[in-house]
Amino acid sequence: MSTNEHPKTLFEKIWNQHIVVAEPNNPTVLYIDLHLVHEVTSPQAFTGLREKGLKVRHPDKTMATMDHGIPTTPLDIPISDELVIKQINQLEKNCQEFGIPLHGLTSAYRGIVHVIGPELGLTQPGMTVVCGDSHTSTHGAFGTLAFGIGTSEVEHVLATQCLLQTKPKTYAVRVEGTLSLGVSAKDIILNLISRIGIGGGTGHVFEYMGSTIRGLSMEERMTVCNMSIEGGARAGMIAPDETTFEYIKERPLAPKGEAWNAAVEAWRKLPTDDGAVFDQEITIDANTLEPMITYGTNPGMGMKITDTIPDPDSIKEVSERQTLVKALQYMGLRPGQPLLGQPIDVVFLGSCTNSRISDLRVAANLIKGRKVANTVRFMVVPGSQQVKLQAEAEGLDKIFKEAGAEWREAGCSMCIAMNGDQLQPGQYAVSTSNRNFEGRQGKGGRTFLASPLTATATAIVGKIADVRTMF
Amino acid sequence: MEKFATLTATMVAIPTENIDTDQIIPARFLKVTDKAGLGDNLFCDWRYNADGTPNPDFVLNTTQGKKAKILLAGDNFGCGSSREHAPWAIMGYGFQAVISTSFADIFCNNSLKLGLLPIAVDKETHLQLLSLLEEEPATQITIELQNQAVVLPDGRKVTFPIDNFSKTCILKGVDQLGYLQSHAAAIEVYEANHADRVNTLA
Ligand code: SF4
Repeated sequence: MSTNEHPKTLFEKIWNQHIVVAEPNNPTVLYIDLHLVHEVTSPQAFTGLREKGLKVRHPDKTMATMDHGIPTTPLDIPISDELVIKQINQLEKNCQEFGIPLHGLTSAYRGIVHVIGPELGLTQPGMTVVCGDSHTSTHGAFGTLAFGIGTSEVEHVLATQCLLQTKPKTYAVRVEGTLSLGVSAKDIILNLISRIGIGGGTGHVFEYMGSTIRGLSMEERMTVCNMSIEGGARAGMIAPDETTFEYIKERPLAPKGEAWNAAVEAWRKLPTDDGAVFDQEITIDANTLEPMITYGTNPGMGMKITDTIPDPDSIKEVSERQTLVKALQYMGLRPGQPLLGQPIDVVFLGSCTNSRISDLRVAANLIKGRKVANTVRFMVVPGSQQVKLQAEAEGLDKIFKEAGAEWREAGCSMCIAMNGDQLQPGQYAVSTSNRNFEGRQGKGGRTFLASPLTATATAIVGKIADVRTMF
Repeated sequence: MEKFATLTATMVAIPTENIDTDQIIPARFLKVTDKAGLGDNLFCDWRYNADGTPNPDFVLNTTQGKKAKILLAGDNFGCGSSREHAPWAIMGYGFQAVISTSFADIFCNNSLKLGLLPIAVDKETHLQLLSLLEEEPATQITIELQNQAVVLPDGRKVTFPIDNFSKTCILKGVDQLGYLQSHAAAIEVYEANHADRVNTLA
């Protein structure tokens, strides 16, 4: 930074580097480096291109996979859902016609779109990344500006490699201190959202910073950035550092040789300058964090696992109070009730929040030599085929199976319940995914969001459990 | 996109806060390759009983609910997933505008691209609209896009924010893609000046 320039945030640097046109009174035309595509939010965009006689401007900056609707049963079992088959066929046809690389059903690199982007080395610092999926914020862990878009915008990016954007505000989330045993990255983000609410970050981009964040692995950073959208933020990002470079190096599509050195040199200039100003700030003391769990029907309704459910009568604001009453009604829970000891029917370990190899390792480590409670269905769904292969190479699949868990193929699975993996009405689940909305994991299903450690502890006990009592 | 200038219509209220896109259109209806028919499943799990019959208590199933063109919703409407199926379903049902005290970012973006007006009003106006509806379910209000105003039955005008660009596009009924395409030359210059950061075909 030269002395006459004002100090900039990571966000501002990436934003500025991607401005194609900035006319007063109009949104900025922003260049997009990487566009990820999946089967559910893209068909209508390709139809739009066809109707207008347009091509995909940069198939070489676009990559597709199928993850939302595909079954997680073994590949040799044919797909039975006609609509899913149609969507998959449509994506194959679209990718072929427009020349887009596709990691289809048989690809060893297939998986949840936000797991495979980083895994392939496609997600790199300083880039703009978009996908027709709100959890694109996951990629921000690499110091990218990454955000979810709608299908009209998918069409815009396919056609022009650009997007129209109004500049969001910035929000610094400082996390300082040391996490206690049993407390993880998931608990940091659930804590943040419980404090600011699910609309707290609306119009902003989070930058997570501070000693705790610096100490997280890339996979843990992805867990944090993943749920930025649950705090209402457009995106969440973390400045790239040695941890970032170490993760990307040698990945299949990462720069190699001289190009690698040049890339790292550029990436080192990205972190927020000293003295840069954010529009909002919050600080979280990691030393005081405990395992978190949600009790309601949005991710902001979260508490320490040892707490009791809040009483709607203690809330002054009418609409907020009604929201909580409605949520507790749906969840079948009472004010003042503790959640520890709450019986659970299903535990889901998976989703783009927590289905990477490190998540599976901590879970396997905890369940090794123990059994899943016989009242519980414990589903383990790796985030990608690569994660699955790695886990199998380490023997994690055996540990899960011996304990009585289901070991499944990669995909979104019960995070969104589009593929047949779903809760039955009234069932309770502890899930490592990111959304506990009504019906999200199956019509009438009731979800508690928690970390992989809490989820696994719960699978063993059969009731919501405090993992700290189990080490 | 259809042109939108003014709309005088009745409203229907679903004042719940934080209505997420999974409620607007549950994920099991996303297994489509076009936009047709989504309106039939708008708010599906609130609107229909387990056996598929309409839930008579849900406001969209009332006579007023069936003809309303304006949805009056609670704070932070449209949070959650980026699915454009949400505004498609809302428009498919026949709504042309949603009034709330705030909207989630992606929902707002998606709606503006389609010409569905997300109208953010202050809390007081929101409450006033709710009580007007309670008193008289057939209350009509007028939305004037050019003036960025909601006209209440007593003549009071409440302005709402909308970015100039989206406003112009919706007034003219033009797709935003056209604007991006008009900058083809600038995009080429940008690409010439910036090395590719990624190559998925590598
Ligand atoms: S795992 Fe869940 S949140 Fe992630 S992309 Fe799939 S459906 Fe979306």
